[in-house]
This record gives sequence, structure tokens and C-alpha cells, in this order.
Amino acid sequence: MTNNSIRVALAGNPNVGKTTIFNALTGAKQHVGNWPGVTVEKKTGSKKYNGYEIQFVDLPGTYSLTAYSIDEVIARDYIVEEKPDVVVHIVDATNLERNLYLTTQLMELGARIVIALNMSDLAENRGDKIDTKKMEKFLEIPVVKTVATKGIGIDQLLDTVIKEAKKGPHHEHMIGYGDDIEEKINQMENILEGDITLSKKYPSRWLSVKLLEGDDEALKKIEGSPVLDQVKNILSTINKEEYEAVMADKRYEAIDVIVPQVASRHDEKMTASDMIDRVFTHKYFGIPIFFALMWAAFELTFTFSVPFMDILDSAFAWLAGALADNVKPDWFGSLLGDGIVGGVGFVLVFIPPIFILFLLLAILEDSGYLARAAFIMDRLMTKIGLHGRSFVPMLMGFGCNVPAIMATRTIEDKNDRLTTILVNPFMSCGARLPVYVLFAGAFFGRQAGTVIFSIYVLGIVAAILTAKLLRSTLLKGDPAPFIMELPPYRVPTAKAATIHMWQRGSMYLKKAGTVILLGAIMIWTLATFPWGVEYGSEDSYAGKLGKVLEPLVAPLGFDWRIAVALLFGFVAKEIVIGALGVLYGLGEDAEEANISDSVEADPKIFALNSLGLMVFTLLYMPCIATVGIIKKETGSWKWMLFAIAYGIILAWTAAFLIFQVGSGLGYD
Amino acid sequence: MSNKVLPLLMMPEGKEGKVSRINADRGLLRRLIEMGFTENVSVKIIRSVKGSLIVGVNGCRYILSKDIAMKIMVTFW
Repeated sequence: MTNNSIRVALAGNPNVGKTTIFNALTGAKQHVGNWPGVTVEKKTGSKKYNGYEIQFVDLPGTYSLTAYSIDEVIARDYIVEEKPDVVVHIVDATNLERNLYLTTQLMELGARIVIALNMSDLAENRGDKIDTKKMEKFLEIPVVKTVATKGIGIDQLLDTVIKEAKKGPHHEHMIGYGDDIEEKINQMENILEGDITLSKKYPSRWLSVKLLEGDDEALKKIEGSPVLDQVKNILSTINKEEYEAVMADKRYEAIDVIVPQVASRHDEKMTASDMIDRVFTHKYFGIPIFFALMWAAFELTFTFSVPFMDILDSAFAWLAGALADNVKPDWFGSLLGDGIVGGVGFVLVFIPPIFILFLLLAILEDSGYLARAAFIMDRLMTKIGLHGRSFVPMLMGFGCNVPAIMATRTIEDKNDRLTTILVNPFMSCGARLPVYVLFAGAFFGRQAGTVIFSIYVLGIVAAILTAKLLRSTLLKGDPAPFIMELPPYRVPTAKAATIHMWQRGSMYLKKAGTVILLGAIMIWTLATFPWGVEYGSEDSYAGKLGKVLEPLVAPLGFDWRIAVALLFGFVAKEIVIGALGVLYGLGEDAEEANISDSVEADPKIFALNSLGLMVFTLLYMPCIATVGIIKKETGSWKWMLFAIAYGIILAWTAAFLIFQVGSGLGYD
Repeated sequence: MSNKVLPLLMMPEGKEGKVSRINADRGLLRRLIEMGFTENVSVKIIRSVKGSLIVGVNGCRYILSKDIAMKIMVTFW
């Protein structure tokens, strides 16, 4: 602790309300980034409190601190190497045994810990009694009861953090591992303390325990140390696997001694959450309920966003017209009006549906329902050669495919993970929603919500069929075993859902000011030059480019403007809409009141080919960011190219069938 | 009435039993222990739909894949 500034790390199991506590502690002052060198999300935030400046880091949620998963290594390395003043360990009061297992390991790291006993209301309602005074005494760690969802206990937590931070660094351990192992730990500690730099950097007891457990990451830390040979000598005398097992048992033994003394034991009785699950995970009704909820989400998204979109659309159209007409020189007015407002503004028109959909998804996720989807879909997913767990990153793809693909890191088996990555782009991300909203709204009237829902379902179907194909050809094998926690159902809070929505949605606003702005300027340039041609006509570069591409997409019923829009949509899928906005620019003599109307007024776009366009946009090659993350996460150019080629072929075929079969049947 | 030792997968919905043994390799065993599947801990089948299980342990709910549910041996009566 320096100059009233305190560094705090938040640690805990997944699903214990860590994010809620983090939000309650930091409010809106948050920064989301990545941990150096890895694609694991790092959230930081700060708070001024009683004259102290407190910096918070949210560590990844983990059940343990072994070297077997990247999340656990990040969490423990941060605590050991960055040495935060205080580690706030969030403990789920309804499940002390499993949470305290992590506590035993945190204590070994030599950090000063404060326990936030969260969800204490749930535990009390269920009839548990937890004696925090006794808990503090046994663990020698301060314990603060919190109910993060209601903001209860947050101030006490901050007070305790400050009090502990003032005490300075601290080394203590709780677990005794029995005489034999303790002797080895002592030997090891003595050896390690022979290397001064090493023992300054790492708590030597922790390093000793980890080395004896056969922890590879710990061994890496002592590479190059003069004591390495001595360490290896000791390690050669023991059976590390056996040590690991015995140490895990000893930790649980200690927990089994403490828990009965501090908490009254509960029975495994039916909880309210289990009752709800009797309906939502029902043998026959589970899947229909899932799809009904999804349908309702899209219907609500469309219905609620229409009035906002109309206002934005008219406002941007007015602005575009005013700029194009009044700003001199004419070309500059056109750049501002047609290019920037026409392109970026038209993308921003669709921000309301994106935010509303993200809010609804946040509510479904925060309530705990989305985790149930893994169970509901398990049977179906098993049939296609994956487990229900792979369905969770798929659903995350509805937000953005990039973090969804990163989330597949929790899948340990290589082929399971590769399959889950490759099907993810078919899960329709927020950037594609504007295309559906525009065209479904224009041509499908009251059915718009259902059409949008159907496009999303088509994406799920495409993903499932692709997974089946991959699993029976290139990526054969049985899915690896999995175990996943189901958090209890909770009433989502408005604050958490809004923060959640904002974190995902704000990305689209940022993109509008960067990538999409550049895309719009580029398309405007192509539509304006060579100098002197009619804006956006077939004689412009955009027109010439489109005409080259047109034969490729003519069998799908698309004209050259759509070809150009789809081409640039590779950069970011919002640009499909942005490009149409630019190309259908509301020049000086525009008759339509807003941009959507001018797109809809083109006789070359009608219900049938707009449906084809929606499906094409859904399936065709992933955007640049997604392609990049596929390359990074699979480490293979081959799979990246596969994702691009497969998507284009699938999209072309599907749109071809829709247009040709539809025309044959007399639809238009 | 005698006790039965069976894989978790075979336990009917609503039944409660105790973990007697886990026949898993080191990595999986470690993961299960972290999640609270220790010897003699009581487990309850909350939901069992054609091999997909929701299991209750220490007040937590987990989804397990079939193969894991075959490896966890439980005693119940």
C-alpha cells in the first residue's frame, strides 16, 4: 500500500456473484481488456472511498489454483507476482465446502485475504446458519457478509479491505499436510531459500507445495535457478501424483473439520431453483420452451425498437440531406451527407434493436437460464458428436463471435474445441441483426419478428449440421467428458443487466466510429469517382466493381449494389447496411423521407431476394475480426481458410435455392 | 435392506446416495474433487433425462456427461 492507494484483487469460484461484487465496488468506472499474451478477459476498475484510491482487478473465476487451466495460472500468477495489498475472496455462502477449497490455496499464496461471504441471504433463507465470528477465528481471515445483488455489506467490505491493507504484507498457512509431506516441504523450503531472488519473488512454502505436487508451471519458475538441481533431487525421491492426491485430501480434511463448526449443515432438499428446473429442463417441454423464449426475445426486440429506429432514421436522413445540400464545396457536402451520415448514421439507426436484444440476452443469462440450455441441448448435441457444454459458446455468438470463440478455451479436448470454434460464425452476431431488421421490417410486415427468429434458428441448424459433418469426417472422435456448474436461478437486477448490455453493445458504437466510418468513406470514394460521374451510378468505380461481381450473385437475385455491400461486409458485417446507406444516398433530389425507404423503394429488392440476402449475410464468410480469432485460436491457416470457403459456399447455395425455388413457385 | 453400489448414471431421479469410489484418471479426478465430489459426500439426482443428469452436491448443481456419470460409483439404499 502506497500513498493511500490500495490494490485489490477479486478471486473466487465461478457463479459466486464475483462480477456483481465487482460492479457494486467499482460502479461504472471499469475497463475491460485482456491479460497480457492471452485472450482471457481482464476487468479492472477503481473506487475512491474514505480518502483512499482503491484499484480493483477481477481475476478469472476458478475452482482451484493448479497449473491445468489458463484461468487458474493467471489468477495465481497475479497474486504471487503482482502482490496485491488485499485479495477479496468471494465465497458462496450456500456452498462453503467447495469454496473453502480455493481459500486453502489462496492462503498458501501468502496474500492478505478478506472473505466476502456472498449470497448469505440465500443461505439464511434456506435455513443455514453461518457463524462468521467462528469462521474468522478458524481461518484467521476477516469475513464480511454480503448480498451483492442488493448492495448489502459493500461498505463493510471496503472498510475491512482498508483495515487489512494497513497491516502490510503477510505470510501464513493453514493446512498441515502430515508429517511425511511436511518434512519434504521443509527440505524444499530450505533449498529454495538458498536462492535469494527466488524466495523474494515467491512465497517459498507455496512454491514448495506446488513443486511437490508436480506442478509444471512452478517448475518453470525455478528454471535457471542455482538450486534447480537440488530441487530435482528431492522431486526424484517422491511420487508426485500421490502427493497431489494426498494434499487434496488433506485440504478437504481441514475443511471438513471447520465447516461443521461454523455452519449448520443443510440437507439436499428441493430448492425453488430445482422446482423451476422441473419445468424448464422438462423431458418434452424443455426444447419448445427454449425456442419459445428465443422467439419472444426477437419479437420484443423488433417491436420495441421500431419507433426508436424510425426517429433515428428520419433524423439522420434529414441531417444527410442538409449536409449534402448546404455544405460547399459540393463534393465535401456529399462526403459528409452521403458518405458519413449515410453510412455510419444508417448503421447507428440499428443500434436500438442491438441493444434491446443484448438486454434481453443479458436478462436470460443473468437469471441463470442460458446455462440450462446446455442441459436441454445435451441430448441433441451428443447426437452430433458434441456435449451440451458446447452450446454455451454458441449462444454467446449471438452477441459477438470473437469473445464466443475465445470462450471455447474452457473446452479441453482439441477436436471438440475445433468443432465448436468452426460452427460459431453461423451463430448470428449483433452486427448482422441490422440486415434482418431492415429487410424483414420492409417486406414481412407483422411477421418480421418471426422471420428474424427463423434466421437465427437457421443459423443454429447450420451450426449443428456442420458440427455433425465435421465430427463424422475430419474431426472424428468421442466428445471428451464434461462437468459444468448450474448456477441457481436468480432475479436479474436492472443494474447488472444494463451493465452487461452496455459492455457488449458499446463495442458496436466504437466500431461505428472506426471501422465502419472508414468503410463508409471508402465506399463513398468508390461511388463518387472517377470525377464527374453521377454519384453511385454504374459508371462510378463502385458501379464498375459491382458489375464485375454481379454475375457471381445474379443467380441469387442480387444486383451490383448488394454485391458491393457484401464484399465490404467482410470487414465488419454492419458495413453491409452502411454500404447500402451510402450507395442509396439521399442525394439532393431524394424523394424518400428516410434511408430505409429509399432502399426499399428500389424495385430490384423485393421479399424473395431480400430473404436470400438475409440468409446470405447470416452464413457467408465471417468478418475480419472473427477470421483473425479463428486463426489465432486454431493456430492454423488451413482451418481459417476452411471457415471462409465453407461459409461462402454454404451461403451461396442457400441463397441460390431460396431465389430459384422461390421464383419457380411464383413468389417474389 | 442391503446397500447397492452403482454408477451415478443408474441412480433414479430424486434418489440420494454417497460417493464410494471414482474410477477416473488423474486429471478428471482432480477436477471432480475440486467440484466437491469427494469420498462419502452425498449426491442427489435432481434431474435425469435419458442419460443427461443434473446432480446436487453440497448444495451445488452440476451437469455431468454420461461418461463421467458412469465413473462415479455411489452407494444408496
